[in-house]
This record gives sequence, C-alpha cells and structure tokens, in this order.
Amino acid sequence: MSPSARPTVAVWKFASCDGCQLSILDCEEELLQLVGTVRIAHFLEMSRASAKGPYDLSLVEGSITTEDDAKRIKQVRRMSRKLIAIGACATAGGIQGLRNFAASGEYASVVYAHPEYIKALDTSTPISAHVPVDLELYGCPIDRFQLLGVLTAILAGRRPRVPGHSVCQECKGRGTVCLLVSRGTPCMGPVTRAGCGAICPGVDRGCFGCFGPTDTANTASLAGQFRGEGLTPVDTSRLFRTFNAAAPAFMAESVAQGGAPPVAVSSPGNDAEGDR
Amino acid sequence: MSHGSGERTISVEGLARVEGEGSLRVEVHDGVVGEVALEIFEPPRYFEAMLVGRNFTEAPDITSRICGICPVAYQMSACAAMEAACEVVVDERIRALRRLLYCGEWIQSHALHVYLLHAPDFLGCADAVELAERDQGAVERGLDLKRTGNLVMEIVGGRAVHPVNVRVGGFYRAPSPEAVSALAEPLFRARDQALATVEWVAGFDFPDVEADYRFVALREQDRYAIDSGRAVSSDGHDLSPAELSALVVEEHVERSTALHARLGGVDQYLTGPLARYSLNSAMLPPLAAEAAAGAGLGPVCKNPFRSIVVRAVELVFACDEALSLVENYEPPNPPAATVVPRAAIGSGATEAPRGLLFHTYEIDDAGTIRTARIVPPTSQNQLTIESDLRQVAQESLDLGDDELQWRCEQAVRNHDPCISCAAHFLDVTVESS
Repeated sequence: MSPSARPTVAVWKFASCDGCQLSILDCEEELLQLVGTVRIAHFLEMSRASAKGPYDLSLVEGSITTEDDAKRIKQVRRMSRKLIAIGACATAGGIQGLRNFAASGEYASVVYAHPEYIKALDTSTPISAHVPVDLELYGCPIDRFQLLGVLTAILAGRRPRVPGHSVCQECKGRGTVCLLVSRGTPCMGPVTRAGCGAICPGVDRGCFGCFGPTDTANTASLAGQFRGEGLTPVDTSRLFRTFNAAAPAFMAESVAQGGAPPVAVSSPGNDAEGDR
Repeated sequence: MSHGSGERTISVEGLARVEGEGSLRVEVHDGVVGEVALEIFEPPRYFEAMLVGRNFTEAPDITSRICGICPVAYQMSACAAMEAACEVVVDERIRALRRLLYCGEWIQSHALHVYLLHAPDFLGCADAVELAERDQGAVERGLDLKRTGNLVMEIVGGRAVHPVNVRVGGFYRAPSPEAVSALAEPLFRARDQALATVEWVAGFDFPDVEADYRFVALREQDRYAIDSGRAVSSDGHDLSPAELSALVVEEHVERSTALHARLGGVDQYLTGPLARYSLNSAMLPPLAAEAAAGAGLGPVCKNPFRSIVVRAVELVFACDEALSLVENYEPPNPPAATVVPRAAIGSGATEAPRGLLFHTYEIDDAGTIRTARIVPPTSQNQLTIESDLRQVAQESLDLGDDELQWRCEQAVRNHDPCISCAAHFLDVTVESS
C-alpha cells in the first residue's frame, strides 16, 4: 500500500443477505474514524460514488451462484491487492449452499413459475473456489469487532489473526456451564470456530454452527454424542447442514449421517490458479 | 443538451444505497416516459425450496438469513405462521418482549435508512461520509440512534444481525430485568434524537409529487401495529394473514428474480411507512402524533419523498414504545410456550421496517415443513415503485440527465427497497431516447 495516501477499500456483494456488509455500517462508534483512515472507494450499499480500481483491499460478501458472478469475482480479484472473503456465504457457500445437495433445477422449479428465466448455477460456492483469497473471516454474520481487528492489523502491517479454536473455549472464558454435558442439549460448539463470543450457550441454546468448522473439528465424535442424547441421524444431519453446509468438515459429517451427497460438483471457471 | 423532448435513456446499473443489488431503466420518447423497469438481478437463493424438509423450529433462523437488515421481521413472521399452524397463542409477556425486539429493529433500520441511505439525496451528497463533512453532528446523531437500536436487539435477541434468542413459541432465555432496564437511558436519548430527526428532515426540500396509492398495512385495535394485526387496505380490505396470503397472487416476469405481487392477481399496492402511517396515523401515541403534526404531516401522506419524515416519526414512535415496554418489563416465565406440531397450514404477517412481510407454511404431524411461501415487502412494492418512477420521471423531464438520474434513483430509495429480500439485485438505468 502506498504510504502517502489513505489505503483504498472496496466492498463487494455476491449472493448473500447484506448482513456482513451491514456489520461494517454497524461499527457506529468507529465508522467515521474508519472512513478517515481508509478511503472507501466502492461500497454500493453506502455510497453512489464509486472510484475505479485498483484497490488496496477488497472485502467480498456472498457466494458465487451465477456465471456472471463467476466472471465478476475474477475482475474483482484482478483489481484488488488484497482480498478478504467475509462471512459464511463467501467462505463456505452459505445457506444457499443447500442447493448443492439437490437435483439440478429442482430448487428453481419450487420457487419460480418460469425456471427457464432463471440464470443460476446448480451450486453455491465460496470465493476461494474461484480466486485466491488472502484471508477468510467466518461467521453468519461476521463479528464486527473481529473485522475491525483484522482491518487494524492490515493497516498496521501486522498479520491478522482469526481464531482456529472452538466455541467451547469461549464458553469456558465467559463461565457458561456446558449445555451438552449438564443438560444434554445438542450443541455444535465443540466443532464450531470461535468468534461469536458463545452467544447461543449464553442464552441457554446449543450452538448452531454459524462460524463453521474449527481447524481440527472432530465431527464424528460429536455426532456419536448426539446419538447418545437420542438424536436421530436425520436431526444430526440437519445440524451440520445449515449456514456452512458446504464447508468440507460439516458436509462430510452430514453425508455420513445419511444426508444426500452433493449432486453438482462442477462450476464454471473453477480454477483458483493463475487468475490474479 | 436539450431536455424535456426527444429521446433519452436514463440507466443506472448498480443502484446505490439500497439493500441488495438491482438496476433501474427509464426510457423517454418525444418527451413522454415510456418503458420503466426496476430490474432485480440479485441471484436467487431459493429459500422456499431450502425450507422443504426442514423442521418447523428451524424456519425463524433460516429465514432470518434472507435479510441482514431486517432479520427480526423474518423471525417474527415465521414464528407467527408456525404458531398459527399449531394453534398456539403466546402470553402477553412474550408478546411484549417480541415487540421490544422488533422496536430495536425498527430503530436500527430506520436510522440506517434516514441517515445513511436517504438523507444524502436531499442534501446533494453522494453518501453519509460526504454528509458528515458538512454536518458531522447530524451523522453522529444518526449513528447513535442506530447503535441504540442494535443495543436493544443485542440485549433481547443476543445479537444485532441475525439474533439468536428467538424461537417458535417465544425466546430461549428472557433477559434479566437489570439488563432490560439498562436500556432506558440510551432509549431516552434516542427518543430525543428521534424528535430532532423529525425536525431535521421536515426542513428538507421535497418535490411536489403525490401518487394515488393503494395502501396495505397491518392494523391492531388498540395500538400502532408492528408484530401482529389484520391486513387492511385503503380500498376497504380487512384480511387475516391467511386471507391475505390467499388473495395475493405473485407473478414471475423475465426481468426480475423477485416475484411481483398483486391483490387478487390484479391490483398493485404499496406497503411500508407511507401505508402504515396513512392507514394508522390515528393510532400513534401522543408524542409521535405531535411530532408528525409539527412536521406538517396530515393524517395521510401520499408524497413518496416525504417517506423520510414518516420514517422519522416512526423512529419517535419506536423509541417511545420501546421505553414503555422497558419500563413495564416482566420476564416471561417460561420464556417460550410449548409448541406441538400438527399437520396444518399456518400464515403469519408482521410489519418489517420497509413493509408488510408474510409467510405461509404447511407442516406435517412430525413438524416437517412440506411447503413454504414467503412474500417480502419489496416484491409487494415493486410494481408501485415502477409507477412512482414513471410519474417522478415524467414530472422531472426538465432536469438535466445527471439530475434526472439522481431523481430517479431517489424515487426508488424513497421506498427503502430491500432487494436482498425480494430475491435479491437492484440496478438503475434511465434511458432517454
């Protein structure tokens, strides 16, 4: 990044709910300071002004679900010195990744009277399946403090850190009694990446996996424990198959529990190499 | 170049300051506005298909992912539909806590729209950053209001974007009285900021445009409706959520991944702040009613540009209502009603910040979802937004191309469309030939 000018940041949206972008605007106390430190060069949700690239940093929300978007993400990559994928859609395909387990065209015909008007791929794939990604920030939605921490690190030239450990450690940290052990409540915490602050166990609810698998998730062991608590394989498969359904560790366990295997595996331009 | 006659095309690909992505296109031939299209290319995400085969308890969390700006609306409509299917009526304490959570979302979403998305249009700014260079105090006030809305969502819902504490039947855990009463102080401040917001936006210049809308909004007997009620219209409909769901026909057109909704398959209509206010202004409590009168609003508002004033009035209402709910808070115990699934069809409707949102589900005895139908506000409003665009463009043809384009963008932003909800991409193209 050029030291003389404020670094430029662009924010891009693909298939998603806008919630991760909103997390940027939700940095209420820090927002005006942030826009004084970096120049927001492209962020459609915030501004009708848009500066041409290249950009020092792109934040990319959403998954790739159309041919046009598969092309557009390559353009974004070419225009960006660093690219961070933000949120479960961008890092794992999101809830719309459930289509990866359905027969081609089946979903469109449920929702639309004229599925022939719909130009969408049979798969929802993460950004990293299409272009090299410098960093992934997990969560459905991302945690805004984690985002600020990562931006601060990048601006300071430090290597940003994203936790690889589980939600269990966050529960221990906040003193929340283990719901799985004490009450037998199904909880995805042992296999789910930290970052949310263990907010679900904090309201007496089992974790449902918003932040996706940890670096070393032992999903088979947890599934065995769920079985011991009386869950059917269908229930367990559903627990692994939500907002990070297509994350490899969760996908493998949901299939092991009898969930339909992924049907469509190809998507156009699925070559992460040599496209910067 | 000459304006007002000849052929012009105004075209905006990638409409800014809306939620989601889409485009707008207006064609002008011989000084007459022709084809007008609000195109929604946002890639479809097939929520109604994803829900089939899931458990009825999963609908609130899954559907909240349709929209990061109004997740509570999705959670509340899903809960209402499932509870209707299972013939469960939740108690008053649970209803009050839901209403408090919903007020948090109204405050957060309206503050976002008024200050960051809509106000810059009236002041000739590209965005709130430019606005802050001119009037930092105003933007800071808006961000503080938004923060209070988020705080309510965090205390009651456990998280501001996609709250985690909501379940069919109520909540996982009722927040402690101490945590809830700590909201009073920021809400007092927010209420004052909301009153200042009404004064601020009432001073903007508004194009003199009125449209002949067919309004649809929920109505309750004794209060301004948010989380429940019957759907009433300015032409005399009075419908339960199930009757509304039966009457609304959605059409799939080639240019949009959002379905277009019409009443009875014929009549276009408008939901959202203008509709709520115009149908229910008599139900506003005194503080909000006085603020509306002070801002020069009559009992009905048909000027879409003044929707920013109505949103500001609803901010006053939501802060005031939230304060009263905080002051009277009693934790529901248990925090959720027991909901036993049964084979049935249920509909639920609530007022998302940008308009009416209804869901209908068919579930079986095991609680597995068989069919799902979700009708978001922007699908219902899309045809009316296009009519507005036509009217606003026609009445603004004396503007130069850049200003006309901006005016057309504004005509869309007036309605705070959420394209992520509607399918979900908005681009604006104005063509003058």
